Amino acid sequence: MMTHTTSSEPVTPDAKSDRAITPETAGADRGNIKQNKVRRTGAPGEKLNILGGLGGWLWLAVIILPIYYIVITSFRTSEDLRANNQLLPSTNPTIAPFIKVLQNDFLHYFTNSVIVTLATVAVVLSASVMAAYYITRSTTLGGKRLFQIILLGIAIPVQATIIPVYYLIQQLGLYDTLWALILPQIAFAIPLSVLIIVNFVRDIPAELFESMKVDGAGEWRILTSLVLPMAKPALMTVGIYQALQVWNSFLFPLVLTQSSEVRVLPLSLWEYSGQFGIDVPATLAAVVLSALPLLVAYIFARRHIVAGLTAGFGK
Amino acid sequence: MALPAVAFFGIFALIPLIGVVVISFMEWNVLGSPKWVGLTNWEAVLFDRPFTWTALGLTVTFVIGSYLFQAPVALLLGVFMAGQQRYRALLAVLYFLPLLFSSVAVGLTFQSLFSPNYGLSAALPFEWLPNDWLANSDLVMWVMIFVVGWCFVPFHGLLYQAGVRQIPQSMYEAATIDGAGRLRQFFSITLPQLRYTIITSSTLMLVGSLTYFDLIYVLTGGQPADAVRILPLDMYVTGFASYNLGYASVIAVILVAIGLTLSLLLNVLSGSSKMDSDKAGA
Repeated sequence: MMTHTTSSEPVTPDAKSDRAITPETAGADRGNIKQNKVRRTGAPGEKLNILGGLGGWLWLAVIILPIYYIVITSFRTSEDLRANNQLLPSTNPTIAPFIKVLQNDFLHYFTNSVIVTLATVAVVLSASVMAAYYITRSTTLGGKRLFQIILLGIAIPVQATIIPVYYLIQQLGLYDTLWALILPQIAFAIPLSVLIIVNFVRDIPAELFESMKVDGAGEWRILTSLVLPMAKPALMTVGIYQALQVWNSFLFPLVLTQSSEVRVLPLSLWEYSGQFGIDVPATLAAVVLSALPLLVAYIFARRHIVAGLTAGFGK
Repeated sequence: MALPAVAFFGIFALIPLIGVVVISFMEWNVLGSPKWVGLTNWEAVLFDRPFTWTALGLTVTFVIGSYLFQAPVALLLGVFMAGQQRYRALLAVLYFLPLLFSSVAVGLTFQSLFSPNYGLSAALPFEWLPNDWLANSDLVMWVMIFVVGWCFVPFHGLLYQAGVRQIPQSMYEAATIDGAGRLRQFFSITLPQLRYTIITSSTLMLVGSLTYFDLIYVLTGGQPADAVRILPLDMYVTGFASYNLGYASVIAVILVAIGLTLSLLLNVLSGSSKMDSDKAGA
């Protein structure tokens, strides 16, 4: 479903200059695109513009209200929540809910999430860049076939394979370990990652490969000193996208782990809500804390995150 | 070079895909080892279990409902965000926020907001609001569609935004000179030019909601009422709560089959329209 974008490439020169060369850079380049464009305003459109504006603000309200609600609620006691208007901040704010969450092993679960995310993303990136290099440089039918099979993988829904994955993990003796989360998530992250990186590596001029070969560089040298540096932007977007996926994933931990030792954040939220029961502010404080790292990342690397999220499809 | 990727992908994605078909012919209750029982599971799930068909119907409602909600909102939002006014860029930054929350986080948030005892129904003075939104079997499906849309519209909005930004500005300029209004431009330029984005986004939306699990599980407290027990959830509950992994695998295979058919169908659709669009673009 991504290949068709290339066929629509030769539109007009105008479009071409606006269009980023690869999907990965599309988001990052948005800033420049913006400056090149003329403001699209016209007299006949005034009426629709107002409607559009209204719609835009309305959707903002829909998006913000729940987030506003969890933030203000996490700063009150559960008595306060029931006694006062829930949509107004407490007149008597407290950080007790956050302390309660931190006292209940939050940092332990947080560490687990960090380990799983980093390990998964590191392996995904190395395995995918190697595979992408092989696929782009391979002249045999095998390389093409391999790419087709891997592309097929994008369409495999995780949910539908969870039962055999569970069986496999059990047989391997990995049930209820962090490995049980890392290994399958690597597998499911590979197809999209390979696709994005292949699209990028393909744009490296063939002469560069040739000249390195002439200089006597081996496959490994070419990979580390040519492909890796050139594919850096793609690796970045892939890394961000997969990190988001792994960080927030719920089904794998739900099915493949059990003990609190190896609990990751999304599952911990689920457990907290059972454990804290009617102490809703504490549960919502956990929700806020769990989203905080991504929020901070979003503030500092918004462009990259937005680009990373749509990299595979955003064309 | 490709070996590590192939190994991971083969062992933990490709083999399980075949494995789920194999297990669908086996009796397995987690504790023992799986036993071959032929077509027994299939017969049982398809013919002796009326709920399978109910779940399929619910899934169709959920998928179509989600699509009808998400697609127009995401499209309009994408067009809106692609506009050049400054405040739109600012709003776009905020629209992204739901994507930073895990499905459990979103589920717990809305569980609290929709609670009959506190949350929205206690805070706002509307008579129709105090309702057990998540327990009322007439309402719960629509609440789910809304909450899942809340999560995914931002992503699809981004896809459309990127799509709109690739439309050549000259087309709009020419249309403006010809006296075409904004509405006319939307229908004769924006919409046709977004064809590929529409197909990509639609595929992701339809297949995505077909296999969607997380939020509904969380919102219903892990015990989905029959009113929202769509197939993925039905599979999970059958497999990991009732420990009937054979039945659950049958449901999983059905899901994969519907999902692949849907993707292929949409792919064919995009393939056939490719040529027209090349002409239109030239």
